[in-house]
Amino acid sequence: MSAVATPSLSAPAERIRERLSTSPLSERVQVRDLDLPTLEVSPADWPALARWLRDDPECRYDLFLDLAGVDNLRRPGQKARFEAVVHLHSLPRNEHVRVKVLLPDGAPPSLPTVREVWPASDWFEREAYDLFGFDFPGHPNLRRILCHDAFVGHALRKDYAPGQRWFAAEEDLKMPPWALETGAHAGHFETQTLSIGPSHPATHGIIHLIARLDGERITRAETQIGYLHRCFEKMSETHTWNGVIPYADRLNYVSAMNNGVGYVRTVEKMLGIEIPDRGVLVRTILSEFSRIMDHCVNIGANLVDIGALTNFWYLYQPRETIYDLLEACCGARLTVSYVRVGGLAIDVPEDFVPRCRSLLESIPKFLDDVDRLVTNNPIVRGRLQGTGVVSREDAVAWGLTGPMLRASGVPYDVRRSRPYDFYDRFDWDIPVSSDGDSFSRYLVRMEEMRQSLSIIRQALEIFPEKGPVNSSDWHVVLPPKDAVYHDMESLIYHFKLVMEGIKVPRGERYEWVEGANGELGFYAISEGTGGPYRLKVRPPCFPMMAAFEKIVVGGTISDAIATLGTLNIIAGELDR
Amino acid sequence: MFGRAGALPAYDPKTDAGGSSDFLTTRLETMVSWARSNSLWPLPFATACCGIEFMSVVSSHYDLSRFGAEVVRFSPRQADLLVVAGTVTDKMAPVLRKIYDQMPEPKWVISMGVCASSGGFYRAYHVTQGIDEIIPVDVYVPGCPPTPEELMYGIFELQRKIRSGEMSRDSRSAKRAAERPA
Repeated sequence: MSAVATPSLSAPAERIRERLSTSPLSERVQVRDLDLPTLEVSPADWPALARWLRDDPECRYDLFLDLAGVDNLRRPGQKARFEAVVHLHSLPRNEHVRVKVLLPDGAPPSLPTVREVWPASDWFEREAYDLFGFDFPGHPNLRRILCHDAFVGHALRKDYAPGQRWFAAEEDLKMPPWALETGAHAGHFETQTLSIGPSHPATHGIIHLIARLDGERITRAETQIGYLHRCFEKMSETHTWNGVIPYADRLNYVSAMNNGVGYVRTVEKMLGIEIPDRGVLVRTILSEFSRIMDHCVNIGANLVDIGALTNFWYLYQPRETIYDLLEACCGARLTVSYVRVGGLAIDVPEDFVPRCRSLLESIPKFLDDVDRLVTNNPIVRGRLQGTGVVSREDAVAWGLTGPMLRASGVPYDVRRSRPYDFYDRFDWDIPVSSDGDSFSRYLVRMEEMRQSLSIIRQALEIFPEKGPVNSSDWHVVLPPKDAVYHDMESLIYHFKLVMEGIKVPRGERYEWVEGANGELGFYAISEGTGGPYRLKVRPPCFPMMAAFEKIVVGGTISDAIATLGTLNIIAGELDR
Repeated sequence: MFGRAGALPAYDPKTDAGGSSDFLTTRLETMVSWARSNSLWPLPFATACCGIEFMSVVSSHYDLSRFGAEVVRFSPRQADLLVVAGTVTDKMAPVLRKIYDQMPEPKWVISMGVCASSGGFYRAYHVTQGIDEIIPVDVYVPGCPPTPEELMYGIFELQRKIRSGEMSRDSRSAKRAAERPA
């Protein structure tokens, strides 16, 4: 297939097409223009295209964001049944791109691994193997990652029944092969293989770390995940667009609001609807408060691991006060489910602004106190400074985003780089550190909380006192109950929405928000029915967890625990 | 259950005779259950969102230590209350069973939240549809997640159950064995 220019190609897509025409790949890659520039390629040409995308001086797609499998079984008119959809970001050019590897029908789905190009793709490929049965020739550790080893079949294929379970016994929870090998010094106490988790106080959520030790030094490590794989993506395929919101909120349950906002933004972009300013600002304010909550828990829990329990109790107090605000808005504390496609579930309470202002006054005291207790504390510095170091190059190669990437010196924050909502109107800074160690991640988070407070302050200044929070497009938002009872049209809209769900136009979309621990992306495919055909989350802590086993090698086991606390791993989002 | 006698001779250090006038008469079972119900050592099997709410319950604001159940133990050997807080998947189920088996008797289980109780809204290919598929449960706390008050109520209910119940599971099974026709 040749790269034929269609007249409507947008500027970024046109630029890629032009650049591509100078390379030998031009005949074999098709450039399409969807919400993002989209390249279509066959599996055989995928490694060459991957290398070109990363290395071409005009492209430099260095940050691997996501790999999503797609099964087109119930989606007529597609070129192939299986697709591997890759999302990439170019830090130098600040652009996203999508690559679709079309896996030819008639053969078992298979595409070469691109671990050599982007090490971050390692776990994403294992996930596609697990859930779709894609084979990745050349991948050295192609084992199931989310489902247990006694699982049969590939759960996200369309012909897999959502409720089909397979039971695992204890012996079905397999260790990685290397952990079972007996080395030359296997009998020696100093050389042992240590299994931490999956239920262990230091893992904060259920993660299984297997480490080979030489004395106290880790010589090899591997993390096993999937212990909380609760099938978010399959469940979303069986629900309406609005019905997915409670599931989305339970991805990163420490800052649930951000997940909901990220998800509904994706759907709203597909629908092409606008939300009134008031609704957008409520989302922004509560998202930033959630970010503060998330960082409080992360810093507090990390300090517990290194023996500073007081801060945990202390940092929990602002969290409780933010819970009160969320509870006043929507009735729930933790998993709020407050957003809806087209706005919010209900309007904020009358005293929303004074409540926010009083939080703005009370929270800085807690931050200052913890700052005084912790930042110059010699034990904290001794434990965190210089440990868990991630260089700038590694951070990008491993696909890290959020505070971890910024602590390694890359000022990439999608609120600034690819702004959404009103973030481009606010005056705020991106804290960046160049050390890349655990301590700089702590510092970045402390400063981010202050920046969030500043964003909230500015958002409150432009916050409209009165006005709607929801779009008035009754194809999307339920009409007011009063109108439903008195007006035939509204009753029909209400009936259609409740019975059939929102009709999102056919198409696909990748949208993002800055979650508390990194770029939280949602890739949605709609077939025009009331629910998603496919919904893939780009979980920020998935690549972080994949990087963990590389970060800790060479350090001591106690440093590994301190480092794990600074990654901000949330199992709900990691395992989905 | 507690009693107080009339005047008894005061304690005399020279003769080591006499003593406190306080004593109590009760059944051993009542006494032991009363003590146990107010000194629960929970093991938080926190897998998901409910674990975060469990953290709230033991933190400063809700302060579970007021009810004698704050000595959180992460070793099953030291715990007598298993709080399963969060979704349990089929991959995690053998781990949960093992941890339950490792806990010494007497032991109790609180299933916190709908996921642990029934799988919740995860009717899915990898989720255990309630932990009672694999371990016995004493108290189910509904909610997604339950509010701290709800979990505390669940713990009160468990305390009530411990106070009114048998001293050990052994005596229960012995009774059942005795009732069984030969």
